[in-house]
Amino acid sequence: MVTATPAKLVYTRPDSLSETPTHYCPGCTHGVAHRLIAEVMDEMKIRGQTIGVAPVGCSVFAYNYFDCDFVEAAHGRAPAMATGIKRLLPDRFVFTYQGDGDLASIGMAEIMHAAGRGENITVIFINNAIYGMTAGQMAPTTLPGQKTTTTPNGRDVEQAGFPLHMAEVLAMMDGVGYSVRRSMHDPKNVRQAKKAIRTAFETQKRGLGFSIVELLSTCPTNWGLTPREALQWLEEHMIPVYPVGDYKVSSALEGLRV
Amino acid sequence: MARELLKGNIAMAEAAVRAGVEAYFGYPITPQTELLEWMSARMPELGRTFLQAESEVAAINMVYGAACTGARVMSSSSSPGASLMMEGISYIAGTELPVVLIDVMRGGPGLGNIAPSQGDYNQIVHGGGHGDYHPIVLAPSSVQEAIDLTVLSFDLAEKYRSLVFVIADGNIGQMMEPAELPPMQPLKKKYPDWATRGAEGRERRILSSIYIQPDDEEVVNLRLMENWKTIEANEIRYKEYYLDDAEIVVVGFGTAGRVAYSAVRQARAEGIPVGLFRPISVNPFPFKQLSDLSKSAQTFLVVEMNTGQMLDDVQRAVAERIPVDFYGRLGGVTPFPDEILDEIHRVARQPVALGIDPRIAWVERLKAALN
Repeated sequence: MVTATPAKLVYTRPDSLSETPTHYCPGCTHGVAHRLIAEVMDEMKIRGQTIGVAPVGCSVFAYNYFDCDFVEAAHGRAPAMATGIKRLLPDRFVFTYQGDGDLASIGMAEIMHAAGRGENITVIFINNAIYGMTAGQMAPTTLPGQKTTTTPNGRDVEQAGFPLHMAEVLAMMDGVGYSVRRSMHDPKNVRQAKKAIRTAFETQKRGLGFSIVELLSTCPTNWGLTPREALQWLEEHMIPVYPVGDYKVSSALEGLRV
Repeated sequence: MARELLKGNIAMAEAAVRAGVEAYFGYPITPQTELLEWMSARMPELGRTFLQAESEVAAINMVYGAACTGARVMSSSSSPGASLMMEGISYIAGTELPVVLIDVMRGGPGLGNIAPSQGDYNQIVHGGGHGDYHPIVLAPSSVQEAIDLTVLSFDLAEKYRSLVFVIADGNIGQMMEPAELPPMQPLKKKYPDWATRGAEGRERRILSSIYIQPDDEEVVNLRLMENWKTIEANEIRYKEYYLDDAEIVVVGFGTAGRVAYSAVRQARAEGIPVGLFRPISVNPFPFKQLSDLSKSAQTFLVVEMNTGQMLDDVQRAVAERIPVDFYGRLGGVTPFPDEILDEIHRVARQPVALGIDPRIAWVERLKAALN
């Protein structure tokens, strides 16, 4: 008689992710970031109470990949749109998913004022130091010396200015309950990123104000690197400029275990 | 409800409150600021949403998000602020959301001034945002009409899932006159089946203006066009005065129409066969009604507080059947009835010749009058 060894399911698609295949490039960390958000939504059982706001940029189609209600904002305006939704539906969870051009360039006014108002929303900020969708132009977070299609000789800070440190900047604002930076370059950091995303949603659940998780991310295609090289490049070049860390954690979150 | 002495901006705000607006987002700009101020006190008092945005750009995008919940939402602004909203307006049109916006127009272009103007006709009626879309645009000429059209706007916005503008000039916003407010409507309890309020117990919903496949976007554009054709067939509004035997037809909307009414009454007292046609829906525009009138009248005189933005639409309706003359004041100047009466006298003597742009002689007359 043959006895089957019972298989233990250890890894599956989160319920909060739809079954739509993503359009992201091989090695891009958007897919991992999406999964982390979906896992958090599953764990908190908030899929049916969540409304996402998609940006303009590579993640413009983010709304296709989550199995929750979603709206699509104009470039940079996701925090304003999220404000409109959250003010009318204060008991729902509202999050924006924004890239560096969307959040820190064209949408700077909207993100700063949403944070300043202490808008009780969660922002997932993907910082990969480049414009992905338009194929490799300088972002507000492009590193000094980094080559892009609009800084062909490397970003010259004398001419093109300095990179913006959004997790630190937003942490200075009174309306912010949680502002941290995490990295997506290895499994340990990815796990820490997930904990931060969970904490950000818990911040919103507790009504503690604006929460943001900046995720250092890769863009192998526009960096001109293989996926593995891109992860190494992130670790070696981005983390020294953008240190991973907690820049503001509301005291009301002390003792929270996620 | 009794008639009370009401300021236009406040009357429109309170009319929106009574029409069941659930959220207002706006930014201060003269001459519409009293509307925002009224909402800042009134909305929280009723447990509804008021938020002063950091800019008109943010305000319209807050409205965009709030409209996605299926609630009655609005903003208001004045010309430069309306310009800033154009991006969001195009997105709202592309997402097919019901939204009410009030533009209390002022002198321009640029920073211009804060005096009454009708210079936003083209920007609002013919679309200042990108892509093909058609908002419903209503133009009041009194505080009472501003109240009535504001209430109507919310119904039309929901009926057609459309943007509806009330374009009032600074006169309508700032002046006080007796008017009657409507009774308070209860807030709606049921939200439409497209609203994104959380997917509990149902399929997820997505609201977006992106259709990445051109074939899909073409279908959306066609749907918008069909919706617009229905609106054109059902929502033409206008008012006629002394038109039965009129040989001269004055055409004006909003304040220009109201001032023209005084002149037309005076001319009638003098025995001149003149009447007034006042478009209330400037979009959809009463092309057919004006076309029909041009078959019985001998000449038209268009009066505006701009350089003839509506004149182009009137000329299209008249199709060179009869002469269309023009008189306008610019940059925030409101014409007096006497000026329009003089124009009626002039047109009665000798209207502009067919096929000649009436602006050429009008510019010379205005320059001479100003010197």
